[in-house]
Amino acid sequence: MSGMTELHAYVLLVLVGFLPNEVWRVLGLVVGRSIDEESELFTWARAVATAVLAGVIAKIIIYAPGALADVPLMVRLGAIACGFAAFLLVRRSIFAGVLAGEAALMLGALIYRG
Amino acid sequence: MSVPPSASPLQRSPIAAFLDGFCAAWCSALAYVVLATYVGVAALGHDFGFSLWWVLASTLLLWVAPGQVILISALAVGATSVETAVAVGLSSARLLPMVVSLLPLIKDKDTPNRALILPMHLTSVSTWIEAQRFLPGLPRAIRVPFANGLGVGFMTSANIGTVVGFYLAGSLPPLLTAGLLFLTPMSFLISTTRNCRLLADWLALGIGIVLGPLLAWRQVGLDLLWTGIVGGSVAYGIHRLREALK
Repeated sequence: MSGMTELHAYVLLVLVGFLPNEVWRVLGLVVGRSIDEESELFTWARAVATAVLAGVIAKIIIYAPGALADVPLMVRLGAIACGFAAFLLVRRSIFAGVLAGEAALMLGALIYRG
Repeated sequence: MSVPPSASPLQRSPIAAFLDGFCAAWCSALAYVVLATYVGVAALGHDFGFSLWWVLASTLLLWVAPGQVILISALAVGATSVETAVAVGLSSARLLPMVVSLLPLIKDKDTPNRALILPMHLTSVSTWIEAQRFLPGLPRAIRVPFANGLGVGFMTSANIGTVVGFYLAGSLPPLLTAGLLFLTPMSFLISTTRNCRLLADWLALGIGIVLGPLLAWRQVGLDLLWTGIVGGSVAYGIHRLREALK
């Protein structure tokens, strides 16, 4: 952002950051406002949101960003499997799952560093 | 994982409910995932020459880590305003189904629109996941302040992470950075699994995991939006079919 004044940076933040982002939330408010928790439309919207989230998760693992891309794909897949297994085995604990997954990722990356 | 303290939930004041939500956020593993994620976002902002205040403001206004990463990178490399706005907008489309499937849990019959603006703005993946877990067990009257407390709790952890990241920038070893980036998919996968109740939820999770990377690999435009609409609808359809056959 060299050459950009501080004020200019904040104006851009609102115009090309906040507005195109917030429009989705406002649309969600318009649609979600009239839906009932017991309705079928709610169950469908929940399934859509869950599928999007699942897609995001899988994409980060397979098309990894930044420094995670330097860890081999097999290590990333193995680590997420380890974390998931630990979550299931240790009383469905998120902490246990995350710790096991991270440990597997670090170990795998150290062993198989290309 | 502790359930938020609710000794006598029926008598809880809005402020007590807000604090319950705030504490529930900090009892959740996701608060620490959000904190670590924002260490990464802040380090990126620092490296590209943005001020700490600007990065904090971007969290308050956008409240989506991937969108903020795109905004920071695009502005830093001098992308045009239109390109930047389109890129940020496309990455944030997931907020639409999240807000749609969050508000029915939060609102009461007579909740005014203005009371829903803050929960709407605070909606993010972490808030959504924990709201789906906690809200069904709470009385409707206190769901709005509880959800606000949850969202503000996660946003606080993001801002702490931002400050930490700003001062650590440049000194993080690559393996640790990889570990920080891995936190998001790992924690989102298991916390989404924990929230699955209906067959539709389980199917949506499974189909989304396969369809997301597949559509991205085939370079289908708006891949995540299609993953949601197609995956969610197929999952819902099968769920309905099974209900009808019962």
